Amino acid sequence: MEKKRYERPVIASLNAGITNKFGTRNLNEPISHIDGASIKEITEQYGSPVFILSERKIRQLYRDAYRAFSTRYPKVQFAWSYKTNYLNAVCNVFHQEGSWAEVVSIFEYEKALANGVEGRHILFNGPEKTESDLRKAIEHESLIHIDHFDELYLLLEISESLKKRPRVAIRVNMDTGIYPMWDRFGFNYESGQAWDAINKIILTNKLDLVGLHCHIGTFMLSANAYAVAASKLADLALGIKLHHKQNIEYLDLGGGFASKNTLKGSFLPGADTIPSFDDYAEAICGTLLNAGFTRENLPMLILETGRALVDEAGFLASSVVANKRLSDGRKALVLDAGVNILFTSFWYEHKMTPVEPASHHTEASVVYGPLCMNIDVVRESVTLPPLRKNDLVLIHTVGAYNMTQWMQFIAMRPAVVMIDPEGKTHLLRRAEKTDDLNAMESMPEHLQSFSLA
Amino acid sequence: MNLRLKNNIAVSDSGFVFNPSTGDSFSINPVGIDIIQLLRASKSEHDIIEDLSERYDADTQTIEKDLYDFFTLLLQHQLAEKA
Repeated sequence: MEKKRYERPVIASLNAGITNKFGTRNLNEPISHIDGASIKEITEQYGSPVFILSERKIRQLYRDAYRAFSTRYPKVQFAWSYKTNYLNAVCNVFHQEGSWAEVVSIFEYEKALANGVEGRHILFNGPEKTESDLRKAIEHESLIHIDHFDELYLLLEISESLKKRPRVAIRVNMDTGIYPMWDRFGFNYESGQAWDAINKIILTNKLDLVGLHCHIGTFMLSANAYAVAASKLADLALGIKLHHKQNIEYLDLGGGFASKNTLKGSFLPGADTIPSFDDYAEAICGTLLNAGFTRENLPMLILETGRALVDEAGFLASSVVANKRLSDGRKALVLDAGVNILFTSFWYEHKMTPVEPASHHTEASVVYGPLCMNIDVVRESVTLPPLRKNDLVLIHTVGAYNMTQWMQFIAMRPAVVMIDPEGKTHLLRRAEKTDDLNAMESMPEHLQSFSLA
Repeated sequence: MNLRLKNNIAVSDSGFVFNPSTGDSFSINPVGIDIIQLLRASKSEHDIIEDLSERYDADTQTIEKDLYDFFTLLLQHQLAEKA
């Protein structure tokens, strides 16, 4: 007699609640394949946990965003935010789509150059740029976004010694009506500091002020804040034209568009609440078109969108290490992927789905990672079907920041693979090994031996 | 650990469990129903594990681990008591 499929016994208390005319929706439908590639086969080949990126999804997100802006504004340029995900293959997908590079350190700058991005297509942001960093950026004719007066004065000195005119923008911070206001980067608009920087650049006549930049926040749930930002940048650009008879070539509205993740504490899922690309585009483009620029002086609009273009394209496949029952009766799962590689689980309620077929019986579970640290909680409560040791779980919307902010802490960082549009998998980064880390260490001679009783 | 299911617990074939003493109701999956039925037939822990391993595609270790957890829940929900 053929045996029946076993599922861990589950008993769930039924609670009467407010009736819902939509009925209950099962958010935990198993997902066994991504773009035609089997998740189980990927973990068999590359190990568990493993990050999986969908090239098709990245391209689709980019094209959706580009369409939203380019159908509203004649000069639009995206610049891929390297810090969001600087795996070279990911960067090159964006570069193939037409994105420039936006970097915030010399490490990222060198990555962009090595990827084949021309210097003039690299925007160099960030509060720390050393003299040698700036010299390199000037030599490659990159666009340098000045963050503070110390950097501005250093640039003036370098330009004098190199006898070159660097192409620069200033970074402007401003009140856009959101809290918290980001005022630590760049020059303030309201206090007049931005004008002081602009006047210094133009009157010293050693740098070419070609752009104005701002980055008003992250995971912005209000599209209107961008309208305010666009209006203030446009005001500065028009003021420069009026007072200095100089055209600003581009306005860079930075990044900060939200992805379809759910922030902790949100009542509704992120997918139902975040502004769409069209909402952001309407706010920004509408403001710039009505700001008062003449047709020939309309500046290029640059966007440094990161998270919203890659988050949904990233998945983390992980295996169940153990099932536990906590003292208060709650179910707990231990996965082999923890907060060291899933940094975003500190502020998102990541969607999780089983990979193998499961019944409709579910149980609320706490999901822990494998670290021997109390903070290693991937989800405080998620409804999942009964899972057994070694069953696979797919964690969704993890493409942004996790593959850059991950830590080698207690465990190694896992492999990252990309599924191409034909469904073929490619290894982008192999899993770390103990030898990789030991290779960076050295042992003083007097500590090389010991004897234990 | 052996458990005794309380006499007045009602269990339907579709997996609906009702405890008239507390008024609580529960949903239960097929393996859970089988365990409840075996408890009702006064089967011991050992017998239940053996019975399930004959009918389901799981090893006895897995079944034993899950049974411990399920027994804890039955006690917590006051559906059974220690025998």
